[in-house]
Amino acid sequence: MALLELEGVEARYGQVRALHGISLAVEEGQVVALLGANGAGKTTTLRAVSGTVRRTGEIRFEGRSIVRGSPEGAARLGIAHVPEGRGTFAELSVWDNLRMGAFVRRNRRAVSADLERILVHFPWIEERRGQQAGTLSGGEQQMLALARALVARPRLLLLDEPSLGLAPLVVREFFGIVRMLNQEEGLTVLVVEQNANIALTVADRAYVLEVGEIAVSGSAEELRRNESVRRSYLGY
Amino acid sequence: MARAARSTGGVAPPSSTPLRRALSAGAVACLVLLVLALPVLLETRTYELARAAEYAIAILGLVVLVGFTGQISLGHGAFMAIGGYTSGVLMFHTGVAGALTIPLAGVVAGLIGFFFGFPALRLSGVYLALATFALAVAVPSILKRFEGLTGGSGGLVLDVLAPPGRLHVRPERWLYYLTVSIALVLFALTWLLLRGRAGRALRAIRDGEVAAVSFGVNVALYKALAFGLSAAYAGVAGSLLVIDSGFVNPDTFPIELSIRILVGAVVAGLTTLGAIPLGALFIEFLPIYSQQVSQQAPAVIYGAALILIMVLLPSGAAGLIRRLLSPVIGRL
Amino acid sequence: MTEFFQQIVSGLASGGVYASLALALVLIHRSTQVINFAQGEMATFATYIAWTLIDRGMSYWPAFVLTLLVAFVGGVAVERVVIRPVERAPVLTVVMVTIGLLVLVNGAMAWLWSPEVKSFPSPFPSRAIDVGGVAISLQDLGILGMTLVTLTLLYLFFRFTKVGLALRAAAVNPESSRLAGVRVSWMLALGWGLAAMLGAVSGMMIAPTSFLEPNMMQVIIIYAFAAAVLGGINSPVGAVVGGLLLGVALNLIGAYAEFLGPELRLPVALAILLAVLLVRPAGLFERAVVKRV
Repeated sequence: MALLELEGVEARYGQVRALHGISLAVEEGQVVALLGANGAGKTTTLRAVSGTVRRTGEIRFEGRSIVRGSPEGAARLGIAHVPEGRGTFAELSVWDNLRMGAFVRRNRRAVSADLERILVHFPWIEERRGQQAGTLSGGEQQMLALARALVARPRLLLLDEPSLGLAPLVVREFFGIVRMLNQEEGLTVLVVEQNANIALTVADRAYVLEVGEIAVSGSAEELRRNESVRRSYLGY
Repeated sequence: MARAARSTGGVAPPSSTPLRRALSAGAVACLVLLVLALPVLLETRTYELARAAEYAIAILGLVVLVGFTGQISLGHGAFMAIGGYTSGVLMFHTGVAGALTIPLAGVVAGLIGFFFGFPALRLSGVYLALATFALAVAVPSILKRFEGLTGGSGGLVLDVLAPPGRLHVRPERWLYYLTVSIALVLFALTWLLLRGRAGRALRAIRDGEVAAVSFGVNVALYKALAFGLSAAYAGVAGSLLVIDSGFVNPDTFPIELSIRILVGAVVAGLTTLGAIPLGALFIEFLPIYSQQVSQQAPAVIYGAALILIMVLLPSGAAGLIRRLLSPVIGRL
Repeated sequence: MTEFFQQIVSGLASGGVYASLALALVLIHRSTQVINFAQGEMATFATYIAWTLIDRGMSYWPAFVLTLLVAFVGGVAVERVVIRPVERAPVLTVVMVTIGLLVLVNGAMAWLWSPEVKSFPSPFPSRAIDVGGVAISLQDLGILGMTLVTLTLLYLFFRFTKVGLALRAAAVNPESSRLAGVRVSWMLALGWGLAAMLGAVSGMMIAPTSFLEPNMMQVIIIYAFAAAVLGGINSPVGAVVGGLLLGVALNLIGAYAEFLGPELRLPVALAILLAVLLVRPAGLFERAVVKRV
């Protein structure tokens, strides 16, 4: 049984239908990438999973239907969604941002143990814990958003365009951490990315969205070899 | 809420086929006749009807402001007080007949409103609400301070309104017709004004200030003018209020008065002139009938009405009427 | 000089009351972008509850605590019942609703308890103590101390508890808060509950000197508005500082600018409010959001 399954999911913003029946699956321990052009419905797919957009169809998480749930309900089930624009609490301190990540957790001791473990990947956070998060650079904010999501100890991590507006070096560092967490701790990730090159080096599987529908899917290896994917999204 | 009811209803009919025009002209004529006949039909309520007409004038001012520029005032009682005291002071110190002071009351209140309108420009939504609210609370204390002119908290006792010359009309009828004619004139004036260029400019401001600027509307001036006009109407209403009571003191214009006018405007729906008399009748007659339950019942009902209307009927009585009538009108 | 210090202390005492109420306004405005015009009436209502409890023979402090609880529940209930339905409506609609609430609560108080003025007990002795030649009334000191305790507790709550953090987060970024598992709509209700509690404290502090009647807070709320705007309507620190400043300023004006007389205290507050709004539309403690037209 897949950790996350979508079957015929539709979503709309007012009158505009953004998803026309999406079906996909994310297996436990996998990194799955959602690729596609602007407006293809990648972000909406993530929002449908976390419940921040109205949707119909069937969404199952650990076998249970969550299509009627709320965003806060999804968070409580262990879905951590790092939205487009990183969702930083700009006016709160860096440390309070991390504390927000742990909001759904009850065991305080486990949280501080996890914090220690997570901060190994982000050594600078400790020193700047009192700083207002809004004053961090884009790359730092993206790292903080990842750290915040990890403190929740998610069963599934949803990442929306993490590379947007970041320097290539930072993007590589970011995905390096994601891959390490995936390999060492079995973190399951569904990531939306414009930058298909880097996404396909990290992902196990990928889906290509076109105008609200899934056009191509397969293992990262298969997609890299696929002629049309190569031409449209990888650029060689 | 101004935005909830975008349709312009009585201000500018959506389309004007000859049949429709004839019908609305007929309706207006019938209404005017009814208004003129009211004191005969409801002899014992003449005084209250005159009061309602005064409220209608004040509400008209508020509707011009809120409904057509999106600015809010919780302090129209303050402008009523300015108008009322202009009349009161003139009558008391110079002995001029009350009716003659009305235009000046409107002008004074209007000017002060106009100049208040400029700083008010810089205040958006909630801040303006706050500033006007504070104004309404503060004006009575300012009035108490200038005792020589205003009589302090004791106020001024004025001559009772009398029909001019040898006209044999009962005073309350004279009051009613005076008030109603002023109200009708002001309604007609406003209607003409809002139909034309100025009306378009004001609506443009309400619906999007930035866009209005880019179409060349002088937002600052129009907003201040709207504020001034609105205050002038309130001044006229306040002047009439003082003339008909033959008495004025700071408690004639408590903050409750501002809120009452606001309730009337909200009941009327804020964007339509046609329903304003309904709002005025509501705020005049509700206390009279509900006070039999308890002295405090009117306040409770006002408050509940305000909340319920905002929650259930954001476009007020006008919206309700329009919704009920739309199947009928739609077929014409 | 000694009189000057006395005026400062008693200004701080009344400023503390304005500060509590201003903070209540700020709490609500931060999370819902609404100015609660009914805040003062809600505070007066809570004070009436305390009065009733004490009148029925309860002693002061138990009645005080019980009133705070009732005020909290009442605030939450008001948000759920009255504000929730207009949550997504334009700001002015919500403003109107709070004005409706103001009128409703004011009428209800006069109905339930009669509009007559009632005296309200003070927990503090009416003596004065001598501090280096300056006689300071224990009443003023008590009120000031009470305000400081309240504000400190509130600060600790927001700073160190999970719910306090969630309240702050929900105010600055509701969408992200939901993604972090916060039930944002309940946070709004919680904010109203806390604001109602703060209001209740200020009501019970002011009632011994101003006497209890349905319009008790009508002038105080204007001072609180002025204080909140002075400090920046979204800044809790600003509200407190603004309240204290205003209290001291009004007191000094009352004492040394006699030509203004007591009637002009309110207009002066209004003038300060307007002047600040015109010079710094976002208050003294807030960076302005630039709006070009």
